[in-house]
Amino acid sequence: MAAGASVATEVRPMTRGQRTARVAMLAVSFGFLGLLLLAPLGAVLVQALAKGLGEWAFSLKDPDTVASIKLTLLTAAIVVPVNTIFGICAAWAIARFEFRGKSLLVTLIDLPFAVSPVIAGLVLVFLFGTQGWFGQWLLDRDVQVIFAVPGIVLATIFISFPYVARELIPLMQQQGSDEEVAALSLGARPWTTFVRITLPKIRWGLLYGVILCNARVMGEFGAVSVVSGHIRGITNTMPLQVEILYNEYNFVAAFAVASLLAMLAILTLVAKTLVEWRSGGAH
Amino acid sequence: MAGGRIVAPSPLPGFGLTFGFTTFFLSAVILLPLAAMVIRALGIPPAELLEMLLDERAVASYRLSFGAAALAAAINAVFGFIVAWSLVRYDFPGRRLLDTMIDLPFALPTAVSGIALATVFSPTGWLGQKLALAGIQVAYTWLGVVVALVLIGLPFVVRSVQPALIEVRKDLEDAAESLGAGGFHVFRRIILPTVMPALATGFTLAFARGIGEYGSVVFISGNLPLKTEITPLLIVIKLEQYDYQGAAALGFFMLAMSFVMLLAINLVQQWGQRRMGIGMSR
Repeated sequence: MAAGASVATEVRPMTRGQRTARVAMLAVSFGFLGLLLLAPLGAVLVQALAKGLGEWAFSLKDPDTVASIKLTLLTAAIVVPVNTIFGICAAWAIARFEFRGKSLLVTLIDLPFAVSPVIAGLVLVFLFGTQGWFGQWLLDRDVQVIFAVPGIVLATIFISFPYVARELIPLMQQQGSDEEVAALSLGARPWTTFVRITLPKIRWGLLYGVILCNARVMGEFGAVSVVSGHIRGITNTMPLQVEILYNEYNFVAAFAVASLLAMLAILTLVAKTLVEWRSGGAH
Repeated sequence: MAGGRIVAPSPLPGFGLTFGFTTFFLSAVILLPLAAMVIRALGIPPAELLEMLLDERAVASYRLSFGAAALAAAINAVFGFIVAWSLVRYDFPGRRLLDTMIDLPFALPTAVSGIALATVFSPTGWLGQKLALAGIQVAYTWLGVVVALVLIGLPFVVRSVQPALIEVRKDLEDAAESLGAGGFHVFRRIILPTVMPALATGFTLAFARGIGEYGSVVFISGNLPLKTEITPLLIVIKLEQYDYQGAAALGFFMLAMSFVMLLAINLVQQWGQRRMGIGMSR
């Protein structure tokens, strides 16, 4: 019996009532998802291409837009590796050892998921803003965090903090550490053990976490919006550039940038599905 | 401390390094900033703090944020269940694609879904036009907030309910049916009790996310004070007006609500586990 592989397989022929129920349930599902998911996605494409492909490409060449794309890529290039290293460390400590306060630590790591993105930006203002704890100290040294790139990076780290750790902790707990213990007892060095044994074991889960983390990092709006200051060409990430263009009624340009972000979202879903498929549907 | 030991003995190396880095990094980027805001808020004299939190505009924003989040989570509980049911129980062309699409709200940047929804539902948009004929305006009203939060919350409910639906025992259903139970009876007595904890978890997760949501809401909500202004937006407005005290007070309140929601999620999951005697995924 192929249990799990195809739960949907009907063993017995359906009764008339069941057939009616099936049609009704599917109609509601398609209607609801079509309205909620496809209509907005379609709107992005239609609006972005409202004046043709040339205009779409032209609006993406705007220097401020190019700068926002660069800033988004830069932010992701910093934040994703940082949160990946953090995630691996956290998962190693939590999944491989028993210690006091473990559940508290797990809860705290999850905290950014429960907190509004606006709060993630706001708290940085109280730390690094002119009124904040380190405000004067930073001012004396002529270092700007709020309304500058460091603030954007910190806010983005805050909101995407749990993604990798969250994927790895349950995976590593489930896998156990027998192979690592065996390698170490045979004389392998800790780092070799990690690279040769642990990393291959967790690679799909790690990749999955990195993909989700990256999508969140590149798309973050609320947290970044609070600390960015919206300085054109300097502190605007792509989502902020979308906002500015939209509020200026420059819809073609706003949706052109939005279409790039929508493509990123679709790529993320495709990559995520491929990883799920490769890792045997562990997720 | 029994034995004076923090960590249980293990043949594996690296606890000190990884635990140390984890707690240090967590403290530096999450806990310290949160503490700065909390201390700032608690520095406000209690009477003033209370006055800020009970200000007419603030209260109106809570009503909208919490009300819309609750309504959206309830809508998602119903439709999310139907979608999860379709995905688990039926085989149809495009099932895999539909299953993948459920995560679109997770992957799509909130600003993008925000401007897209505002365009679709604006009085001149595809859907807004048709709804306008029926006298319903979605964009720039509280309904718009609900629509945005339904979009954002959908994956939470579907992804919570799916694994639970797989675990519903088909043999119990078949037995009940063979004993003459009608479809609705089977649903109410066998399926719903099994899925209830997962549904409650999904509802709570979607609700918690909805309270704090910002990007997808601000474009469609119209942002009128007292009417369509959500609490996160009010915080941003206070900050833009250099009202740091006011922003700290509201931020503190929202943070407290986040902790309440975390507690609620934990309680719901514990209830589910006790009820089912099985662990729930997620």
